[in-house]
Amino acid sequence: MYKVKVYITLRESVLDPQGTAVKGSLQTLGYSSVEDVRIGKYLELTLNERTENIDQAVQEMCDKLLANPVIEDYRYEIEESVAQ
Amino acid sequence: MKFAVIVFPGSNCDVDMYHAVKDELGQEAEYVWHDAESLDGYDGILLPGGFSYGDYLRTGAIARFSKIMKEVVKAAEAGKPVLGVCNGFQILLESGLLPGAMRRNESLKFICRSVSLKVRNNQTMFTSAYGQDEIIQIPIAHGEGNYYCDQETLDKLKANKQIVFSYEGINPNGSLENIAGIINENGNVLGMMPHPERAVDPLLGGADGLKLFKGIVKQWRETYAVNA
Repeated sequence: MYKVKVYITLRESVLDPQGTAVKGSLQTLGYSSVEDVRIGKYLELTLNERTENIDQAVQEMCDKLLANPVIEDYRYEIEESVAQ
Repeated sequence: MKFAVIVFPGSNCDVDMYHAVKDELGQEAEYVWHDAESLDGYDGILLPGGFSYGDYLRTGAIARFSKIMKEVVKAAEAGKPVLGVCNGFQILLESGLLPGAMRRNESLKFICRSVSLKVRNNQTMFTSAYGQDEIIQIPIAHGEGNYYCDQETLDKLKANKQIVFSYEGINPNGSLENIAGIINENGNVLGMMPHPERAVDPLLGGADGLKLFKGIVKQWRETYAVNA
C-alpha cells in the first residue's frame, strides 16, 4: 500500500481572504510577528500495490480533480506502507 | 424551444430555472438528471444554482465530472445556448467551458440580496433584449463568487467583449474587474453569479431577469423558426 499526502495551496498571486482573516485574528491575539497566513488543503490518499506509475498517477489526479491549476498549486509525498 | 434544466445532487435553483422558461415564457422544459447520457432534442441547456455535491473539494469540481457534462460540452461545441447561473457558472469554470476560477467572497460572507448590474455587452444571444450599458437589478446568493483569472485571460476577455455583466456601484464579492458574468469566445456559453431566474416576475421583487431568457428564445426563433 502507498500513502500519498497531497498539499494544495492557493497560488502566490491569488489573494486568500480566509488567510487574511486568520492573520488578523492572530494579530489581535497578540501574535504581532505573524506576517502572513495562507490556508490550503491537505489530502491523504491510500493507493493499493497494483498502482502503476504512481508518481504519474498522482500528478494526473491533482491536475484533473484535486487542484484547480488556475488558482492552486500542489505538491505531494508518496510513502510506502506495510499492509495491515 | 426546448430547454434542459440539469439537476445535480444538491442543485436548488432548478425549479426557479424551470419556472422561468416554462411558466413565464411558455417554452418546453424538462429536468435532466446528472447521470443522463444524452441531451439530444434539447435546444438550450440551463445549469442551475445550488450546492452540487455539497461544494466538496471546490465548488463545481465534482459535478464537472458527471456523465451529463460530456453532453453539455458537446452541446456547447454544437453552438447551442448554455447558461450557467451561480453554481452552474462555477461548474462551467471547472469544466473549462469558461476561463478562470472562483474564490471565496472577499468578506467571507454568504451574500443574498439584490444587486445592480451593468449590461456590458448586449450583442450576445443572451442579452439582446437589454440596452447597451443598461443597469438592471438581479439578486445574488453566493459565498464563492469572487471571480479570478490571470492577466492574459483578462485582456482577452476585455478585447473580445466577453465580460457581459459587471457589478455596478458596489462589488459584493471582490471579483476581478467587477465581473458578474462572462461568455465564451463563440458567444453561446454564458456563466453568471447573479440569478436572472429569480427575477422573472414583479411580484417576486423584479422582472429584469426575464429579458435574458426572452433573448435566448428570440435568438433561437430567428435562427431556426424563421428559416423553417
